[in-house]
Amino acid sequence: MVHVLAFEKPVVDLVTRIKELRALAGADERLVGELRRLEEKSALLAREVFQNLTAHQKVQLSRHPNRPYTLDYLSRLVTDFVELHGDRRYADDSAIVAGLATYHGRSVAIVGHQKGRTTKENIERRFGSPNPEGYRKAIRIYELADRFGLPILTFIDTQGAYPGIEAEERGQAEAIAAALEVMSKLGVPVVATVIGEGGSGGALGLGVANRVIALEYSFYSVISPEGCASILWKSAEKAAEAAARLKITAPHLLELGIVDALVPEPPGGAHQDHDAAARFLDQALADTLRSLDGMDRQALREDRYRRFRGLGAHIA
Amino acid sequence: MNDAPALVNRGPISGTSLDSRLVRSGLPGLRNPELPRLVTFPEKTPAQPLDGEKRSIGKGVFGKCSNCGEVFTADHLAQHFQVCPACGQHHQLGIDAWRRLVLDGGELEMWEDHILPMDPLGFFDGKTYTARLETAQAKTRRTEAIEVGRARIDGSVVAYGCFIFAFMGGSMGSVVGERITRLFERATRDHLPVVLLHASGGARMQEGILSLMQMAKTCAALGRFREIGKPFLSVSLHPTTGGVAASTALLGDVNIAEQGALIGFAGPRVIENTLRTKLPPGFQRAEFLLSHGMVDIVTPRTELKATLSLLLKHLGGAVT
Repeated sequence: MVHVLAFEKPVVDLVTRIKELRALAGADERLVGELRRLEEKSALLAREVFQNLTAHQKVQLSRHPNRPYTLDYLSRLVTDFVELHGDRRYADDSAIVAGLATYHGRSVAIVGHQKGRTTKENIERRFGSPNPEGYRKAIRIYELADRFGLPILTFIDTQGAYPGIEAEERGQAEAIAAALEVMSKLGVPVVATVIGEGGSGGALGLGVANRVIALEYSFYSVISPEGCASILWKSAEKAAEAAARLKITAPHLLELGIVDALVPEPPGGAHQDHDAAARFLDQALADTLRSLDGMDRQALREDRYRRFRGLGAHIA
Repeated sequence: MNDAPALVNRGPISGTSLDSRLVRSGLPGLRNPELPRLVTFPEKTPAQPLDGEKRSIGKGVFGKCSNCGEVFTADHLAQHFQVCPACGQHHQLGIDAWRRLVLDGGELEMWEDHILPMDPLGFFDGKTYTARLETAQAKTRRTEAIEVGRARIDGSVVAYGCFIFAFMGGSMGSVVGERITRLFERATRDHLPVVLLHASGGARMQEGILSLMQMAKTCAALGRFREIGKPFLSVSLHPTTGGVAASTALLGDVNIAEQGALIGFAGPRVIENTLRTKLPPGFQRAEFLLSHGMVDIVTPRTELKATLSLLLKHLGGAVT
């Protein structure tokens, strides 16, 4: 299913037309020049439209149903992926995927939120909103990686931890808190990437990293714009205003020191071209991981502690 | 906010006090016999529930229990630390009363009171964040939503902190996060146990993503504190939810919950709206957490100090 947001329609229309033309043209040499011109025009139009996106529009992009999810990136970024399941306490939560993989020639541990592509899959994965078991599985993988000296790559993409009766019964708050403490003590490099939605504590449970990078149209917030609007403005309709006031888009995050680098997305957003999005991410991720080379366990711990210790704004 | 000055000479309460037995027995017959049976109110000014924010005429004179509806003089309720003498319902207790209840002589050597809030996002939601801070400061006579410092509990020196729910719902922004972090760092340096009383709606929206990061910052500081072999006694008061529940509140070496307190990650209304269902009675209450294995001890307010004291004795918080 192709979903098109109102503001991206002109870009999507043009991209679709180019695809059709290319199919029609086949090997016809005469049309190659024409196609190139159209492609350039499309890129220009995308840049124009996307330059002036509001915070709320960026939030919509970050939630776009065609946007690449953790497994879409993994299939393009890593090889030898072995998925590991379960928290050894209660269940396996498929809202978080975890495992081991080879990335640029070395073994790494992977932990990422995973949304579903179909309704069935989304019900199973709770739209990427983890239960406590998800965080406990993550903790297990963090500790495994720590013992075996593997760098950890996390991928953040969740509306937030699941607000359910059973989640509360099984200690959602404690599970997230424990993840924060465990991450803060790891003696291996940790790089977190915000690939879509960075929803509150549910995102942070994968976010206590040495470096945090964010995709151009991702966001990271203490509360969803809708949640904030309904509490502070007493109306969910004010979500657009809340999105702007909360300063949650990637450029703001960079400015506030919440993320260390931004990853550009292909024209029209990551969902227009998963391969290109993965290529851009690969570049940033490999660079970031390399920048942590040569730090020993204590240095990595200290680096991470200092990074988060410095976040906040207060007088004196 | 419901503090009455009448109590100053009374001294710290101990776990075996008459008060706590009264509360636990819950017998109406044990109510203060001096209280007149017939109380006359000023015309058209019904007693206001203790938990309500709006109290107009008659303020500070009478208080009505939000559970059983019994009416008491404010002084009488203050003597009982806002625990209803009739039914044992725990009402919100002010920050000064918490000191008197938990700390020897009610004394706290305040730390980090010079760490003050600012408005990093220039946040506006019909009112500026700066204006909201000023209102909260005037109302609570405190600089932020937590006070921390050095104190004694039955002689044991501890690093102590207590959230101030009346200050913007006890929400955690940069200052609360910074003060908790410094509390753990200082306790680590000085080899002190940490006793932290939580009461908070969660992270403070007005400081946006910076508030969220305080969760990571405080948990990292707690992580370092673990290495010195002193206990972290975490107390969750009513309510402890959201980002505060999901950081230090449930990571105590021992988790204590105040009787009846609401403790959980997602707010009950959020869950109801997501699942489109009514929640079972007692859901996310202290007793619910106890039965699900999330806290060690549920205690009435009046026994909190005795409980802390005993735990400090066992876990190496001996008098130094």
